[in-house]
Amino acid sequence: MTFSMLTPEFRIERDQERCIACQVCVRQCANDIHDYEADEDWVYSDHSRCVGCHRCVTLCPTGALTVRENPLDFRRNANWTATRLRDIYKQAETGGILLSGMGSDQAHPIYFDHLLLNASQVTNPSIDPLREPMELRTYIGRKPDRLEVSRGPGGLRLETQMAPQLVLETPIMFSAMSYGSISYNACLSLARAAQRSGIMYNTGEGGLHRDLYEYGSYTIAQVASGRFGVHSEYLETAAALEIKIGQGAKPGIGGHLPGEKVSADVSRTRMIPEGTDALSPAPHHDIYSIEDLSQLINALKEATDYKKPVGIKIAAVHNIAPIASGIARAGADYIAIDGLRGGTGAAPTIIRNNVGIPIELAIAAVDTRLRQEGIRNQVSLIAAGSIRNSGDVMKIVALGADAVYIGTSALVAMGCHLCQKCYTGKCNWGLATQDPYLTKRLNPEIGSRRLANLIRAWSLEIKEMLGGMGINAIESLRSNRDHLRGVGLNQGELDALGVKAAGMG
Amino acid sequence: MKQIHVNEEYCIGCRLCEIHCSVQHSRSKKIIKAFKEEAPRALARVLVEEEGPLSFAMQCRHCEDAPCIEACIVGAMHRDEETGAVLCDEDHCVGCWMCVMVCPFGAIQRNLVGNKAASKCDLCLGEKVPACVANCPNEALTFIEAANSNGGEPQ
Repeated sequence: MTFSMLTPEFRIERDQERCIACQVCVRQCANDIHDYEADEDWVYSDHSRCVGCHRCVTLCPTGALTVRENPLDFRRNANWTATRLRDIYKQAETGGILLSGMGSDQAHPIYFDHLLLNASQVTNPSIDPLREPMELRTYIGRKPDRLEVSRGPGGLRLETQMAPQLVLETPIMFSAMSYGSISYNACLSLARAAQRSGIMYNTGEGGLHRDLYEYGSYTIAQVASGRFGVHSEYLETAAALEIKIGQGAKPGIGGHLPGEKVSADVSRTRMIPEGTDALSPAPHHDIYSIEDLSQLINALKEATDYKKPVGIKIAAVHNIAPIASGIARAGADYIAIDGLRGGTGAAPTIIRNNVGIPIELAIAAVDTRLRQEGIRNQVSLIAAGSIRNSGDVMKIVALGADAVYIGTSALVAMGCHLCQKCYTGKCNWGLATQDPYLTKRLNPEIGSRRLANLIRAWSLEIKEMLGGMGINAIESLRSNRDHLRGVGLNQGELDALGVKAAGMG
Repeated sequence: MKQIHVNEEYCIGCRLCEIHCSVQHSRSKKIIKAFKEEAPRALARVLVEEEGPLSFAMQCRHCEDAPCIEACIVGAMHRDEETGAVLCDEDHCVGCWMCVMVCPFGAIQRNLVGNKAASKCDLCLGEKVPACVANCPNEALTFIEAANSNGGEPQ
């Protein structure tokens, strides 16, 4: 092995009093870290390749393993931290762009943690969700400016023709994750959980596997710059269509699924040759303006008989409010905005960590702008980019979102331990991989059950919080920023979020 | 009767079923003690078969027309009246290995280091769920009512 200045990131501590040399760790590690020596009946571990995914720790039947960050202390320096030094060592060795999986792990401000929710006390009654109905059903799509009704013999009749709507039983959906970036079993788990929970999952830009067509009514089909797997049947099958312009983890750049992940099944689904790299261009080559976008929206609507909502997904960047306004006017039924901390299967680390703005600020800005322009009813807003719990859902709805997309939370529910090595294709949890040894580690029955449990748990919590506020429908919370107060934020941030500081009334 | 159903599609080849089977049939039933201090170590009555990415756990199918019961010369191999499980009375087994020869699934082992008797799955009778099923991390093993007990698919 050539000399490397990189020291191991993790250290595996094996408690020899507990280790029974059963070799479960040896069999489970895709990075081949653990090694059994038969003549000694002893398991050795090579720290240097450990990615800290905790697969071995979780499956060890005697709890003999602990994985710690390597305690090697780089010479103390507030500026040149261990991560910065390691990155330079890596680049000096390889000459390449550093890649990462998952959302940014940097300490950018998380505004959710500086926002607090309200509750009723004395002057207005709270509601007990166990005794009274609580409405979480959410409709995604364009709402008319006004409703026209006529009075007939059978009572009132709605005269206004409604635009197509997606019905969600709770304002949470599974974010776009393509077949190719994640395994078939992961896609199937998401599809089944969406069906069970009455919500939607999103195909990402990888097309839709034939076997998943039966879940079409719970599927949002993406049309991205690579146009992988897009054909009329694909558009027909889905409940809604989404034009992907950008992704929070990598705004402004395209995608690259390495050829190793393009298996026979992935190649059929994506309609590209087996083993070839799937390259998504940075821009859509037919979209260079709002007018071009409008053409594609209308083309998709025409292709599906105006029966399905067509949404646009963009990354949260500077000037997001006028961009969103343009998209609304271009005819989109919803806008999904993916914030700075949004996840990915692979992105250049430097872009993931430095490009974009946090979702909290983006949603607040867009909602405010669309209201000022009087067009908020024309689009639904979907927030994405690290929604970690039901509290985050409440806060982003209060800031102006109609619903949220969860990607990382969904992966974590299925077993992800955030080792951020999705791009290697060696996901030990069977999620971000196409390796047949690894993909079978996710039983879709377990995956979908865990996802449906998560959605159920969050929905129950949302009802509790709404009840505490004295609100009985999620739509009464939407953009209701009076129910939010900021702590530890400066005036500029409070103004951008449109909330008062805690204690200021 | 309830049977262990094997779903090879989700077997991850970790062999935790073998490990916990061995513990269940050890003297102490404590995993660390069973592996580190008990000699000879109790045989696992379930074996994981592997070829490439395909793997599955194999244990006695508790056949309706069990050839091992027919073949046993001393009557050690018998059917449990109550549960329908095929069991080996290891105290009576003489180690002729006829059962091993006739088992169509290769699910009976010779215990050459212990009591020299035929070793096979006893469905962990007395436990609510067999140890292999309870400890399978991916539900590749399930304990369900089977349509027929000759290795057929459950209904």
